[in-house]
Amino acid sequence: MDTFLPSTIQLSYLAATALFFVGLKKLGSPATARNGNQLAAVGMLLAVVATLLDRQVVNYPMIGGAIALGSIVGIIGAKKVAMTEMPQMVGLLNGLGGAASALVAIAEFYRLLLEGNVPFDATLTAILGSLIGGITFSGSFIAFAKLQGLITGKPLSLPGQKIINILLFAGFLIGSVLLLIDPLHTSTFLVITGISLLLGLFLVLPIGGGDMPVVISLLNSLSGLAASAAGFVVMNNILIVAGALVGASGLILTVIMCKAMNRTLTNVLFSAFGGATAGSGGGGADDGDKSYRQVDAEAGAMMLGYARSVVVVPGYGMAVAQAQHSVRELADQLEKKGVEVKYAIHPVAGRMPGHMNVLLAEANVPYSQLYDMDDINSEFERTDVALVIGANDVVNPDAKEDPNSPIYGMPILEVDKAKNTIVIKRSMKPGYAGIDNQLFYREKTMMYFGSAKEAVADLVSEIKQL
Amino acid sequence: MSETLIAALFIFVLASFAGFEVITKVPPTLHTPLMSGANAISGIAVIGAMVVAGPNQTNLVTIMGLVAIVLATVNVVGGFMVTDRMLQMFKK
Repeated sequence: MDTFLPSTIQLSYLAATALFFVGLKKLGSPATARNGNQLAAVGMLLAVVATLLDRQVVNYPMIGGAIALGSIVGIIGAKKVAMTEMPQMVGLLNGLGGAASALVAIAEFYRLLLEGNVPFDATLTAILGSLIGGITFSGSFIAFAKLQGLITGKPLSLPGQKIINILLFAGFLIGSVLLLIDPLHTSTFLVITGISLLLGLFLVLPIGGGDMPVVISLLNSLSGLAASAAGFVVMNNILIVAGALVGASGLILTVIMCKAMNRTLTNVLFSAFGGATAGSGGGGADDGDKSYRQVDAEAGAMMLGYARSVVVVPGYGMAVAQAQHSVRELADQLEKKGVEVKYAIHPVAGRMPGHMNVLLAEANVPYSQLYDMDDINSEFERTDVALVIGANDVVNPDAKEDPNSPIYGMPILEVDKAKNTIVIKRSMKPGYAGIDNQLFYREKTMMYFGSAKEAVADLVSEIKQL
Repeated sequence: MSETLIAALFIFVLASFAGFEVITKVPPTLHTPLMSGANAISGIAVIGAMVVAGPNQTNLVTIMGLVAIVLATVNVVGGFMVTDRMLQMFKK
């Protein structure tokens, strides 16, 4: 009987871990994804119930209350959040997970302190846990604040930011060594936890809005590693394994996002992209003599309605304007007229990986109509009209043609190859990176000014009258 | 470093490799749900929090544990539910 309960708990953890793996595997295919997510949720429930059997866990009223409170908040949040706000939501949840992991690491460290004996291993892993968890927590909240528009999406940094960061990190290392020598220095532990929070802050503040897909993926990875680190502190395998799994998936997405922008992770994190480069870009000065062509709803509707094939290229502007439903209506009208409609999705369109796909799914666009960059680029030559809605840098031909452009080398959707291109945009102002877009001045390009939602709605009503 | 820590490191490294194998080649359509689903799993810290908050006493340790339970549960429940909400919209 002595070993029965502990073994039951550990075997349940093993089963839960297996469910996490199967669940994530199934999340990799659209047909099985929903089932996969549910399996992972069952795994989590199993792990929680098993933990209640732990003989150390006896404070049922308080623990039950905490779980109930968290569940209510989670349910309300998940039901209320708009699909356009998914990047913020994931950012916020990352932050909460990171905070929880850091708290577990810190609490276990204090528990050992109260017992008067902190082993070297526990100190080491608690330091790591509070570092990774702290960075995840504060970094995610800055990312959330930027995405939610609470603070500016532009890169922010203090003068001498690099030196400040190096000093902070040096302070962290010194504090850690002191703690490893004598764990009873509790104030030192508080100091390095504070430094961890500051590091997260200064990691994300200098990163611009358009780089958010990379940051969100990286914080996702870190939230997993934070859970793993907490697992090392309390020596619990399920935390270590599940955390490693999340760390791996976040890292894979981070790498995919960096590749889609042709940049390295260090470049994204430490270059304050768009801050320094925008001023030096020569493109801004000679704007005066470049001309562009404009189109109104009626003429735009004619071009679209009488085309044989149309490729829609959505970007963050569509998300901001919540225009996905109007876009779907436009596609419906066009299909009624026998036009073939496809969607071209750039990997970093929007503010998180796959953001556009979710928005279009919400508007009932079947995912078989969505095409990745590699699949659609060869088709633009045969496309009558490419309709760009709120996308900018991901369709900028400078990325292929101008070696001086800050985005040179980034793979783009080659809409400039289409027979005609209509760009829906609020004004001629450049995007977040401050880079001028040569596409707008091309002979085959028509600018259609307006907010994405109203512009598309106007197109729909004009097409109905054709 | 103790043997238990080394053993735990083995588990961590192997789980990371297994994770990479399981998750590579996810189509871009599923990137957001993959991320929010994985995010929910990272709320596994709730298990550690329950153990820390377990004893029938009130001190700094159990209070930190209880706060961690609340935060991690929001992460878990919110993450799985919002992922499910997204995935039920995906249609062929």
